[in-house]
Amino acid sequence: MNSEGDEQARSTADLVARRSYGKLVAFLAARTRDVSAAEDALSEAFALALKDWPRNGCPNNPEAWLLAVARRRAIDAFRGRQRGEAAGEQLRLISDGFAEAEAAPEIPDQRLALMFACAHPAIDSAIRAPLILQAVLGLDARTISSAFLASPAAMSKRLVRAKEKIREAGIPFRIPARDELPARLGAVLDAIYAAFTEGWTDPAGADVIRRDLTEEALFLARLAAELLPGEAEALGLLALMLYAHARRRARRQAEGEYVPLAAQDPSLWDPQMMQEAERLLLRAAPMGSIGRYQLEAALQSAHVFRCRTGEANWPHVVQLYDALYALVPSPVVALNRALAIAEVDGPQAGLQAMPDDPRLAEYQPYWAARAELLSRDGAAGEAGHAYDLAIGLERDPAVRRFLERRRAALPHTTNRAN
Amino acid sequence: MQYLLMAYTDEKLWPTLPVAEKEQRFFAAYGAYVEALNRAGALKGMNRLRPVAEGVTVRTSEGKPQVLDGPYADSKEQLGGYFLIDAPDLDAALAWASRCPAAEHGAVEVRPIFERCEEL
Repeated sequence: MNSEGDEQARSTADLVARRSYGKLVAFLAARTRDVSAAEDALSEAFALALKDWPRNGCPNNPEAWLLAVARRRAIDAFRGRQRGEAAGEQLRLISDGFAEAEAAPEIPDQRLALMFACAHPAIDSAIRAPLILQAVLGLDARTISSAFLASPAAMSKRLVRAKEKIREAGIPFRIPARDELPARLGAVLDAIYAAFTEGWTDPAGADVIRRDLTEEALFLARLAAELLPGEAEALGLLALMLYAHARRRARRQAEGEYVPLAAQDPSLWDPQMMQEAERLLLRAAPMGSIGRYQLEAALQSAHVFRCRTGEANWPHVVQLYDALYALVPSPVVALNRALAIAEVDGPQAGLQAMPDDPRLAEYQPYWAARAELLSRDGAAGEAGHAYDLAIGLERDPAVRRFLERRRAALPHTTNRAN
Repeated sequence: MQYLLMAYTDEKLWPTLPVAEKEQRFFAAYGAYVEALNRAGALKGMNRLRPVAEGVTVRTSEGKPQVLDGPYADSKEQLGGYFLIDAPDLDAALAWASRCPAAEHGAVEVRPIFERCEEL
């Protein structure tokens, strides 16, 4: 009708999209187990809203309006695909509960159930994080593929296949029972953390898409912590991510150069975020179920304490890594533990504690850590070679330049190996 | 699988760089990249190409060769070099492409190579 109404309709639709997209997808898909169909129905509903709302004004309850339209679309689409008696039964199942939901002031929040379906053991673990980002937050395959360094076409195909699997294997949309909850929750938290670390590899936040992904992952972690306030690991993961996110501004100089933790200016850290992280850890501790994410958050807390006070707490850090390694015996944990040992007992001890694992051969931090310890140990030649490998494996140009400076600072006894 | 990573950069920029930065890019960045590719056993071949102005394009039209100076296609960024690599899958090839210094100051195109007799 007019541009003002147009704009208002658009901004209301945007707001609802951001706030309730996942809720609406979860509610629709929980009945049909068909995530793709729920997404399609919802995107049609949003398109219709953009046409209808400027003409007729925004509805009082935009969520319920969208749900009503999306539900009709979902049922039409289902009728188009299925025929026969079984279809009738299915349709009743789909329609069940919609009327109450549309009348209720709040649509029941089934996003957590959706996340559990996306991170089900039957779903390939590599696609769980992308799947959650798409189903709960509505991110498109192109955005997701950049963060996970896959081709957009391949990412789309994997997402479609995973959604088919949910539908065809009859993966349930529910929060697992008490006895299986810890293991299943672990998979959900791992997927959220994977989304976060992929977003985090661009610490400057120069790349808008990646930076947004970090925020989105934080949103998911908050959601998990809010919906499962009694699960210590859900709180632990949120604490860990807040500690890391609180230091984002300190990780880069104004010119964009990379700053390692030891050289960061603590005044650039976000104190509110860090306090929130501390509080979460304190809330989790008495629940008596220690886990990977609480330990990793505790390690962050120890690093923060040391950098702020200058008090070398490395023996404590080694202890935390020992505990973490007992839970998660991964070569990456062993590597970080070796670095902490080097701070307590010197570079030789650190080098000896370094894991010898073929999975680390193309892992940049392994070579950077090795180079650092070799250079402290006076082995400049070997250190130079390790720096070369670290530089060659790094994809962030600023970190590459940082490593190049470290390499150039080595004493000039040997030059390039070849 | 083999993949060709093609490094596209603006070749006009190269002569304008200070010598120190040329050295940094060449020896520190590309040297380290090649070192990492070699250690992973991934590198099958590589070369740096001379400027497009030195290229010549040949095409046979109605049985007669036509020879033109310059590149086949004009573009803002030019093919300046390539890496032929062996990688288990496209994702692994994309990981190598993302580490290539050319990805920072240009772009890296990843093309899967036909397996022998795969398709005619």
